Amino acid sequence: MADRPEDGMSLIVKTVTRLTLGLILLYGLYIVLHGHLTPGGGFAGGVIVALSLVHLVLAFGGRSAWKRISHSGASRMEATGALGFLALALLGLTAGFFLSNFLPEGRAFELFSAGSIPLANLAICLKVGGGLFAVFAILTIFTAETTSPDGGER
Amino acid sequence: MTHTLMPLMIAVPLGGAFLCALMGKRARALPDAMGFLVTLLAAAGAVYSVSLVKSAGPLVYSMGGWRAPVGIVLSLDGLTSLMLVTVNLVAFLVAVYARGYMERYTSKRLFYGLFLLMLAGMNGVVLTGDMFNLFVFLEIASVASYALVAFGTGKHELEAAFKYGVMGTIASLFILLGIILLYARTSTLNMADMAAQLADGGGDVVPLVTGLFLAGFGLKAALVPFHAWLPDAHPSAPAPISAMLSGVLIKSLGVYALVRVLYNVLGVAKVTEDGSPFTPLIVLGILSMMVGVVLALGQWDMKRLLAYHSISQIGYVILAIGIGTPLAVMAGLFHLFNHSIFKSLLFLDSGALEHATGTRDLRRMAGVGRKLPVTSSTTLIASMSIAGIPPFNGFWSKLLIIVAAVQAGHSWSAFWAVLASILTLASFTKVLRYGFQGGASERLRQLAAVPLSMKVALVLFAVICIGGGLLLLPSLRDLFLGPAADALAGGTEQLGFVLTGGAS
Amino acid sequence: MTAYILCLILFGLGIYCAVSKRNLIKIIVGVAIAEYAVNLMFVLVGYRMGGVPPIFAAPGEAQGAMVDPLPHALVLTSIVIGLATTALLAAIAMRIYRKYGTYDVNEIRELRG
Repeated sequence: MADRPEDGMSLIVKTVTRLTLGLILLYGLYIVLHGHLTPGGGFAGGVIVALSLVHLVLAFGGRSAWKRISHSGASRMEATGALGFLALALLGLTAGFFLSNFLPEGRAFELFSAGSIPLANLAICLKVGGGLFAVFAILTIFTAETTSPDGGER
Repeated sequence: MTHTLMPLMIAVPLGGAFLCALMGKRARALPDAMGFLVTLLAAAGAVYSVSLVKSAGPLVYSMGGWRAPVGIVLSLDGLTSLMLVTVNLVAFLVAVYARGYMERYTSKRLFYGLFLLMLAGMNGVVLTGDMFNLFVFLEIASVASYALVAFGTGKHELEAAFKYGVMGTIASLFILLGIILLYARTSTLNMADMAAQLADGGGDVVPLVTGLFLAGFGLKAALVPFHAWLPDAHPSAPAPISAMLSGVLIKSLGVYALVRVLYNVLGVAKVTEDGSPFTPLIVLGILSMMVGVVLALGQWDMKRLLAYHSISQIGYVILAIGIGTPLAVMAGLFHLFNHSIFKSLLFLDSGALEHATGTRDLRRMAGVGRKLPVTSSTTLIASMSIAGIPPFNGFWSKLLIIVAAVQAGHSWSAFWAVLASILTLASFTKVLRYGFQGGASERLRQLAAVPLSMKVALVLFAVICIGGGLLLLPSLRDLFLGPAADALAGGTEQLGFVLTGGAS
Repeated sequence: MTAYILCLILFGLGIYCAVSKRNLIKIIVGVAIAEYAVNLMFVLVGYRMGGVPPIFAAPGEAQGAMVDPLPHALVLTSIVIGLATTALLAAIAMRIYRKYGTYDVNEIRELRG
């Protein structure tokens, strides 16, 4: 089993990735939190957050990356997101209806407005981001384990 | 606040599913307990919903307080409560069974997570009053079922799951296309609003959409010619999942959604006293009945045989509903409920047999009857039910279907139904003779014992098989089957209660 | 109108690819193409003549004719559903490769009858 493909990409890529990791994560969170103001919201932001972790794995190669990020952590993030959304929905019952907006609404176009929608967006971000990253994790751990001839294009 | 039952029927299994996914590997018995508890609550809720509909009339729940037709609504009428009872009762008994059966699989928490997710999806499909919401819950249940079919990750499971997955996804795309066309025509997604808008003639989009829905939901219901995935998928899944798939999934995702849309939303099919037959349903029904039972005759793998019989029995249901008289519709829905019970029982029995003997081949399990009394007697009861032998529940529903067909003047349909019934009897005689009677062969000396939880589930199912005929008593009929048939008979006005706010 | 026809052609192409190709991965790609075609059609259904994106830029400012925002929300949901399905099919396909040693559909035919 050749060691080289697992070592990841060149030094330049690794250095730049360390910088862009935070940037992409921040951008994803921006899209999530402004979901009620600008296009995007939980789904798109969650995908971007997941991609920030994915490009980390791609740049550093399977071996070293998987020692630090576990796929069960992503799994747990995903389930927490789903339960968070469900909890929000059930809390909406306190305002009379399942899934209703029970937090104060604030003024339009501000960041802290629209009641429970930003929280719902956060929950969806956790779910989608965690889910997508978990899927990627499982699929790549697979290719590392199969005994197929050297096949991946990176 | 009895209305809150409706979102809870979806939310509780959903929460249970994600709690199961969160559980670590340490807790061994916890997923079992979660599955048992959640399905028990869901079954209790479903039974309660029947009495709710009886006492308070059809109910509407607006999600988030947004009233129809702007918001997404959940609607509970007679047909919905019948489906809820069917789905959740079977799910509860299957969860009891799975406690014993799933011991040999490695990851119970994943199993129960997917199982509860599928249950949440099915509850959502029957409860929702919004077309796109129907699609979303349909997909939730379908994707969970693709994963569950592949659960054992053996060669055959994976192959079957892939084929099932691809065909199921294409069917969902057809359904989505139909929903898009309907949305383009009516500018609304709410089922009641759509029905009101289409009532004055939908124009040329309705036949196209009907065709798309027949293809899409027909594949989910495994109607011939869209049945090709079922004989591979149902046998490959673990026995409790086969029971769920054959027993409730194809009914709630396929039959329920199809008839709900055709009768209550599109209005292309109606229920009238003299019978207004909806020819596509009748043709598909007869085809499925005959093709299913004929292909089952040559099977030696017990689960594959049962899968083909599922196709056949769903053909009965579709034929009956397609005939279009009130009696026929009620007979079809009764048969739907009965089939859930006895088909699930048959699949669970085959699972118990496989657990005990290690094989699914009928030729190799000869003579096992004497050693496994509970399994063999429940298989006997279920086989007599499906073949339509009195006094089991299958007899009553099949009799009603044939009587209704003759009454409405469809003698040919009645002929095919009787013929299919005779062939079903022949097929199950083969099962009983080869599988159970005869001398015990040498290799069957060592049989694994069937766990208690499995036996309990089998017995409970058998009890319902025996007592199922009682559902035709007038008092019970008005409570359970009557409102369901009336819901379909209500046609496009049925869902009007959604717009007017329903009973509160 | 031509846009809808093109979408339907794309959908047809995806279905054709899904049913006629022999490689499992190509089948998944075909299904994905068909999915995207349906999503695209959904968004197009919401188009209004001379419409602008349905976003309020500042309080109180009406933008004129906005395109229908409902299909946008529904298509988001549909895309995520498609993502989940594609991921599941891909994972199953990879496992099949481990067990059967090939991605060829004609060789993966052990279930018969």
